[in-house]
Amino acid sequence: MDLVFLFISAIFVNNFVLYYFLGICPFLGVSKKIDSALSMGLAVTFVMTITAVVSWMINHWILIPFHLDYLQVVSFILVIASLVQLVEMFIRKISPPLYQALGIYLPLITTNCAIMGLALLASLNNYDFIKTVVFGVSSGLGFTLAIILMAGIREQLDLSDVPKPLEGAGIALIVAGIMALAFNGFIGMIK
Amino acid sequence: MPAKSLKEEYSKGLWKENPVFRQLLGMCPTLAVTGTVINGLAMGLATSFVLIFSSLLVSSIKKLIPRQVRIASYIVIIATFVTIADRFLAAYFFPISKSLGPYVPLIVVNCIILGRQEAFSSKNPIGRSLLDALGMSSGFILALLVLSSIREILGSGTFMGYQILGAWFKPWLIMIFPSGAFITLGILLGIALFIETKNQSRST
Repeated sequence: MDLVFLFISAIFVNNFVLYYFLGICPFLGVSKKIDSALSMGLAVTFVMTITAVVSWMINHWILIPFHLDYLQVVSFILVIASLVQLVEMFIRKISPPLYQALGIYLPLITTNCAIMGLALLASLNNYDFIKTVVFGVSSGLGFTLAIILMAGIREQLDLSDVPKPLEGAGIALIVAGIMALAFNGFIGMIK
Repeated sequence: MPAKSLKEEYSKGLWKENPVFRQLLGMCPTLAVTGTVINGLAMGLATSFVLIFSSLLVSSIKKLIPRQVRIASYIVIIATFVTIADRFLAAYFFPISKSLGPYVPLIVVNCIILGRQEAFSSKNPIGRSLLDALGMSSGFILALLVLSSIREILGSGTFMGYQILGAWFKPWLIMIFPSGAFITLGILLGIALFIETKNQSRST
C-alpha cells in the first residue's frame, strides 16, 4: 500500500517539476512540441530509473559501509555523468530507432537537476531498494506528464496573442504556475 | 574578443548578462528556495562561494586540464566546493541547511556555475575570472533577493522574519505555494524584457 501511495504522490502531488522545481531547464526548453516533449520525458524516465538503482547501490554498498557519506555529491554526479554516456552508447548499439528518438536529449540529461535531485532525495528520505526504484519510475512519469501537458498548452499558445515582453519563457512560467495550482488539487489524494 | 574594462567585467553580471533574468540560467534553485528572504540569501551566498572559488581554481589551472576531459574536471572541482559549502552550512547554520534540504548539494548541477567555467574562466586570466564570478554572483543574489522579498512580503506579510505589514493584511497564500514562485518569476522576466527593449530602442 505504501508503494502505491509513493507512486501516486510522486506523479501528482510531489511532482518533480511543479513541486520540487527540478528539471526546469528541459521543462522550459524542450516543451515546444508534443512529440519532442514525449521523447524527452521517456529519456528522463529511463535514466531516472537506472540512476535510482545505481545510486542506491553506491550509497548502501560503498559510501555508508565505509563512512564516506561526505563524498555523496562528488560520486553521484560522476556516476550520473558516466551512466548517461553508457546508456547513450548502449542504446545506439542495440536500438538505432530508439537512439534516433532519444539521441539528442540524452547528453542534456547529465546537467538535468532532476536526475541528481532524485538520487539525493531518495537517500535523504532513507528509501529502501524497492521504494527507491518505484520513486525513480514514478518521478520520471510525473516529469513526463508535466512536460507533455506543458507542450500541449504551448502549441495552443503559439496561436494566441501574448503580450510582447512575456513571449517565450515569461508566459511559459506563468502557465507552469497555473498548472502547479491545478496540481495542488491532488493533495487531497494522499492525506 | 574585444577587451572589456575591468569595471564592465564585473557589472555585466548585474543586469546586461544577469544569469536569471537575462540568461535564464539556474532557474531551479531560484524558484525552489525563494519562499523566504533568509533562504534565498543563504542559497545566493552558498552559490556565490562555489562559483567564485571554482572560477579561481579553474582559471589558475586551466593550462593543466586536457581539453577532452575539461567538463568532467570542472564538475569534480565544483562538486568539491559544493561539498564544502554543504558541510559548512550543516555545521554552523543547521536550521537553514535543514530548510534548504537537497538544494544545497544540487548547486553542483546549477548551470550558471558550469556555464561560467566553460564560457569564461577557462579562457581568461585569474583577475578577470574573479571579477566575472563576483559579478555573476551579485546578479544571482540580486535576482534571488527580489523574488524572495516579493514572495515573503506578499505571502506572509514579513521580511526576514519580521512582521512589516499590519494586521489588516491578509497573506496571499498562493505566494508560498510553488505556483506563486512560477507566476512571480514569469512576470519578473516579462518586466526585465520590457525594460531591456525600452533601453535598446532609446539607445539606437
